[in-house]
Amino acid sequence: MSKAVVAPARKYKRKSRFKEIWRRMKKNKLSMVGLCVFALFVAMIIFADLIVPYRIALEQNVWEQFAPPSVEHLLGMDQYGRDIFARVIHGSRNSLLMGIAAVFVGMIIGGTLASLAGYYGGKVDMVIMRISDTIFCIPFMLMGLSIVAALGPGLINVLIAITITAIPNYVRIIRSAILTIVGNDFIEAGRACGASDIFIILKHVAPNAVGPIIVQATMQVGTMIIFSTAFSYLGLGIQPPAPEWGAMLAEGKSYMLSAPHMIIAPGMSIVLVALSLNLLGDGLRDALDPKLKD
Amino acid sequence: MSRYILKRILICIPTLVAITFIIFTIMSYTPGDVTRMILGQEATPEAMKELAHQMGLDKPFFVRYANYMVHLLQGDMGVSYRSGQSVFLEIIHRFPITLKLAFGSMCIAIAVGLLLGILAAVKQYSILDFFGTALAMLLASVPYFWLGLMMILLFSLKLGLLPSMGSNTWVHFILPSITVCVGSTAAILRLTRTTMLETIRQDYIRTARAKGQTEGKIIFKHALKNALLPVITVIGIEFGSLLGGAVVVESVFSLNGVGSLLLQAIRLKDTPQVTGCAVFLAFFFMMIMLAVDILYAYIDPRIKARYQNS
Repeated sequence: MSKAVVAPARKYKRKSRFKEIWRRMKKNKLSMVGLCVFALFVAMIIFADLIVPYRIALEQNVWEQFAPPSVEHLLGMDQYGRDIFARVIHGSRNSLLMGIAAVFVGMIIGGTLASLAGYYGGKVDMVIMRISDTIFCIPFMLMGLSIVAALGPGLINVLIAITITAIPNYVRIIRSAILTIVGNDFIEAGRACGASDIFIILKHVAPNAVGPIIVQATMQVGTMIIFSTAFSYLGLGIQPPAPEWGAMLAEGKSYMLSAPHMIIAPGMSIVLVALSLNLLGDGLRDALDPKLKD
Repeated sequence: MSRYILKRILICIPTLVAITFIIFTIMSYTPGDVTRMILGQEATPEAMKELAHQMGLDKPFFVRYANYMVHLLQGDMGVSYRSGQSVFLEIIHRFPITLKLAFGSMCIAIAVGLLLGILAAVKQYSILDFFGTALAMLLASVPYFWLGLMMILLFSLKLGLLPSMGSNTWVHFILPSITVCVGSTAAILRLTRTTMLETIRQDYIRTARAKGQTEGKIIFKHALKNALLPVITVIGIEFGSLLGGAVVVESVFSLNGVGSLLLQAIRLKDTPQVTGCAVFLAFFFMMIMLAVDILYAYIDPRIKARYQNS
């Protein structure tokens, strides 16, 4: 009896989606620059205390008021003789985390509402979209200012204001991403198998809709940072003496002719973060776009 | 056609009611006792109660909202807690400055955004395209109030070319308008480029080329007309962000517009003034959107056709 020859099972190597996206991302040099710059800022948030102790950001040095940038004080001193480098580093915690938190919370709430609207359709969809369209009709800054006016100035209140104001935008984006998925056969198949709605939304709809949402989220963090610093600039955000980029700009405004370094450093930080996130988002969009797959 | 316009106007009404309701609801949660604020710390509880009754503050929420709406329809937005003046008159008095600022920046945004967007699309992958996309990316990342400060520093304080405050002549509006328009310019530029790129790949453009049409006519007569439709919607939406940006930029350039009035009212907790400004600006934005919708009907033959047939 001859031995049955068993062909060795061919190994199918499944390329992970993440690796594929990463490979395509790497080709886009500008978005890699964006990623590196953003990573630097994230490292700055995490290691702020190791770079410069927080007390230096608050310490007043009467003898060195308005001192221009030097070797001891890389970015110079402000009107109270506080080290601007230390204030920019520690200000990143307030400014950057505000942007990230606003988008994160907004995306979760907006995502939940959008999934309900997109998945169930009908009346649920109509009610959610009508409300969000109405809020959308009120200019962003105006809506945010109204909420801050009601809640009072403060970092958390600004966070609440910009999060609520941005939600309708997220609902729109995520809903349209979900609508392209919901009509597919595999969703119908999932239903036929008796999967629960929550299971289908989380397991089948969300992973497929996640691409455009990540792109939007990345770019929105930059926008939200600009908005939150605008509130601080107007004196409605964080209260002194805590360091924050927008608040630093407001303080430096009165002295900008004699001490321009006071407004250049915090402003450039905002530009750099927002620009890096925009570049990253652009690269992600190209990498996630299945039409551009090679 | 008139049916379409009438329909758009009718759609506006519930939206306006909803917008005022949202703003009124938010503002009614403002903490702090209004009567104490007006009468001062030494006010007796009786006097405060009397004033609350006079102002109708002791009535239920919906009654207050209905009262507000009835007065609003008559052009009465209440009286400022601080100055005791009519909110509406104060807004109208300051509105021309905000309007000039918003329109000035809109003109710059449209001119620069459209022009560079078209050039970037027509000369795809050229140095112009690179410059256009890079500029759009940069403009979208710059906080406009900081740009305003930097321009004051350069053009007013160092070079002495342009004024940094005041609103007497059109020259005063150059720097503020450029400051407000950056975000919108970026948005219009990017969208124009994308839609133009899509349009010039259409078959009818190829047909026009095959017929031997000149390049200028192809771009401006055949391509731009079709590419412009989505851009117009975005221009309308961007007007909202310009109005919002004006609020911040007015404070950078010390302009006495509705925006600075709103900010001052927020700092002083002057609720009727805040509500009035917010409702007024939102209302104005709605009117712009309505105008854009009507303009759309004139430009897009599909809408015209739909309403002529039925």
